[in-house]
Amino acid sequence: MEKKQGTLSIDETTTRAILVIGGGIAGIQAALDLADMGIRVHLVERLPSIGGRMAQLDKTFPTNDCSTCILSPKMNDCARHPNITLHTYTEVTALDGEASDFTATILKRPRYVDETKCTGCGECVLKCPAKVPDAFDMGLRERKAIYLYFPQAIPQVMTIDPDHCIYLDRGKCGACAKVCEADAIDFEQTEQELTLDVGAVVVATGYDFFDPRGLAQFSYEQCPNVITALEYERLISASGPTGGHLLRPSDGQPAKRIGFIQCVGSRDVRYQQFCSSVCCMHSSKQAVLAAEHDPEAESYVFYSDFRASGKGFREYVARAEQEYGVNYVRSRVARVAEDEANNPIIHYENMETSRPARMTMDLAVLATSLIPRPGTAVLAQMLDIEVDTYGFVKTEPHAPVDTTRPGIFTAGCCRGPFDIPESVVQASAAAARAARVVGGV
Amino acid sequence: MSDEPRIGVFVCHCGSNIAGHVDVEAVAEYARGLPGVVYVRRNLYTCSDAGLTEIKRAIVEEKLERVVVAACTPRTHEPLFRDACREVELNPYLFEFANIRDQCSWVHMYEPEAATQKAKDIVRMGVAKAHLLQPLEEQQVPVEPAALVIGGGMIGMTAALNLANRGFEVKLVERESELGGQLLYLDKLYPTQDDALPLVQARVAEVQSNPSIEVFTSSVLHELKGFVGNYEAVVKDEEGRQSSFIIGAIIVATGARVFQPVGMYNYDGQRVITQLELEERFKAGEFDASRVVMIQCVGARIPERPYCSRICCTTAIKNALEIKSHRPDAEVYILYRDTETQGTRYEAYYTRAREAGVQFIRYSLRHLPEVSGERVVVYDELLGAKLSIPYDLVVLSTPLVAHLGIKGKRSGSRQGARELSQMLKVPVDEHGFFLEAHVKLRPLDFATDGIYVAGTARWPSHLEETITQAYGAAARAATILSKDEVTSSGVVARVNEDLCRGCGRCVEICEFGAPSLVELLPRVEVARVNPVMCKGCGACASVCPTGAMTAMHFTDEQVTAMVRAALEETLLPL
Repeated sequence: MEKKQGTLSIDETTTRAILVIGGGIAGIQAALDLADMGIRVHLVERLPSIGGRMAQLDKTFPTNDCSTCILSPKMNDCARHPNITLHTYTEVTALDGEASDFTATILKRPRYVDETKCTGCGECVLKCPAKVPDAFDMGLRERKAIYLYFPQAIPQVMTIDPDHCIYLDRGKCGACAKVCEADAIDFEQTEQELTLDVGAVVVATGYDFFDPRGLAQFSYEQCPNVITALEYERLISASGPTGGHLLRPSDGQPAKRIGFIQCVGSRDVRYQQFCSSVCCMHSSKQAVLAAEHDPEAESYVFYSDFRASGKGFREYVARAEQEYGVNYVRSRVARVAEDEANNPIIHYENMETSRPARMTMDLAVLATSLIPRPGTAVLAQMLDIEVDTYGFVKTEPHAPVDTTRPGIFTAGCCRGPFDIPESVVQASAAAARAARVVGGV
Repeated sequence: MSDEPRIGVFVCHCGSNIAGHVDVEAVAEYARGLPGVVYVRRNLYTCSDAGLTEIKRAIVEEKLERVVVAACTPRTHEPLFRDACREVELNPYLFEFANIRDQCSWVHMYEPEAATQKAKDIVRMGVAKAHLLQPLEEQQVPVEPAALVIGGGMIGMTAALNLANRGFEVKLVERESELGGQLLYLDKLYPTQDDALPLVQARVAEVQSNPSIEVFTSSVLHELKGFVGNYEAVVKDEEGRQSSFIIGAIIVATGARVFQPVGMYNYDGQRVITQLELEERFKAGEFDASRVVMIQCVGARIPERPYCSRICCTTAIKNALEIKSHRPDAEVYILYRDTETQGTRYEAYYTRAREAGVQFIRYSLRHLPEVSGERVVVYDELLGAKLSIPYDLVVLSTPLVAHLGIKGKRSGSRQGARELSQMLKVPVDEHGFFLEAHVKLRPLDFATDGIYVAGTARWPSHLEETITQAYGAAARAATILSKDEVTSSGVVARVNEDLCRGCGRCVEICEFGAPSLVELLPRVEVARVNPVMCKGCGACASVCPTGAMTAMHFTDEQVTAMVRAALEETLLPL
């Protein structure tokens, strides 16, 4: 798909190109809007495929649309758009110049696979002997050292993980190269540096999740049946490690009684003081999905303030409660213990009664905070833009997609926790602002 | 073309997506035996470069007249295969997709035998349809690089300026006598506590000095015809004067209004007022109270209006902070149900209010607060006790609701959301807010091409969000306005005028305004379809009583052939 890769020429035409950093839904939308305005776009993604966090989700609230199914067409549009050049497995390493006349330096890591030859057939994956926990599936299953980032990856080409490839480590094996009919394996590939002349930049590098190991009271490390919300997404996804069956990590038994714990790390003076915005809704959705998979499943959402002010959200929550029997417990969770059968026991204060209580679950799901990516600070420094007190890319309320540096705009969860439609709106907005810098009607 | 078209079938493994659950070899072998099929090929990925090259080679060298790809889904991949056909001069509508992944391998993962049988059935249906496919033509339509923005508040002005500064002509229509919208009535803005007026005045000045923006105040949209790239709008002012112009795209930014709590909590506009009335007092310097009780969700999150209006918690905090800044010793209570202060800025804002001494008391629908002449009595859910709070002023936080249409003496003086939605032929939801094409991924688009929405006309949103939406809608509109022409699909409805009796049912049912009746002879009307406006949905064909209307690419003959093929092992004589 990345045919132009390697033969990239500096843009000579009247309108400057725009650099979009981050190939999640925000970056994808910004790139598509700009490209549809006739502006050339360089879309840089550090992972082997575009798609971002949204590709990892099973379904999305409030419509219960399959996440991949609505994302994939946009990914394909990006790959096919004549005005978009994809640079996957690539990071921006420098930005010089000023608004309307930037020079960006990008560094493409070696895949050890020729993108122009690989057909994504997967024969190499079958033969590769090295197994690695699959980061896309939150380590819930293994992949090979040569892998496709996920089934709908764009580009549909393999990547060799240099940390686990036996050949790259010891010079022996090469099983992938032997079976590759397309002759695409290239162990000699090296990193490639390119410079791009661009008029404006859109930063859409997304977010990370708070690591619940920092909060020992939730027993995430000790109790295998305490998982994070993103792990739950992979578990319940048809393309995930259990083929969409909600099975407990400890014993592979179906989870029938599930507790969703809100604000894990959020609205907490010791960790994130902010609200992560999306957890009330994604937990409601996850509880609905549990009921859809198994009508006997019982779900409990432990929350303090329930925040659902987006379009159709209150109606969704009412349906979750009335049609799917989801139980909402206004509470403060004190800790999660574990019984001898690995069942998580949730200890909480019921805020309706002001009394302590506890419930035993098959599975406890932690709604961990959406936090800035560890790379955001480094990127911000390199781009010479400011971050806010929490480490998100800084913006002002009345210029919401402008960073502190002219010519650089931002969208999506690198500037705070937002849901998908908000990220999409911000992406279009950043496209509008960036397009003004390069002109280009 | 001969009677029996030469059909090529390409069966895709989709890696293991299909081949992992369906015996693709057996499907390909089966396809070879189907009538008309002269060429069959399997690919690991038919959509790969190699796969597409093979299709193009086969069209040329094997003289294929129809192409059937049995693969993932037309949703993402149909354009790709159509393009491949187009490149070697086969009409792209002579391509047919047999969906054996989404509709087969993915849903029958654990039944490989049944899945293989179903894949054969789907391929047989695709081939049956392919026999009857007809070449269709697409149309190129020039685009007028101008936009109509309806609503001259902060949102409409922001969108108009972005487009105008990029070189597009903008017509900005405001039903009030001046630009500015709701912000003209606000005191402060949250979370900055800046004055609202300077921000909006600056934007009004920018709009008025921009030569590319033509402003129509005291005016409403009176009539709209046309289609993406070429809408014809008529705008009418209070005096009845009309202006008409052609625009390529439209942005709806008509805002919302604040619900009036008539008959609730002893609302009297004196000692029990709304947040907006409180802000008027701040602005007029008439605020005078030291004990203020604010009640949230007045008229919201109740059975008749179940939604949360999103901005009321932050509005209450803004005004509570404002009271505290005037009178630090004032007592301010906010009676709330859930604090809707998402994200970084608003959670910090909530903290700031608590630190400033604003008291938050949680109530629930089970025990509504009661407002008497002197006191507000509320059951504090967290304390588990009733509180009785003396007050000077009660402030009710009421939701944003959609604009209502009011028939004034002067025609069209008040255009509500529903009236506008009818004129634009775009939907509103049950609350009267405009309904976007897709809540998740097309939040600013309508299903009708070239029309976009931003701001509180879509849903209650913070100012920061509505400004974002304004820019976003401008970007969406610019994707149309930047093009010289737009291409319409060949999959449209077509009328057989000999069969049409001009009943107009197609005109009634079409959501996109594509069919219209034209007078063929005196008093003889027939339907005609504007192919640019038609979405090919087939609604008209399904209601047509005479069979005059045909949804091309999904004709009765084609669909019937597929149904027959589905029900029978072998193709019946057609």
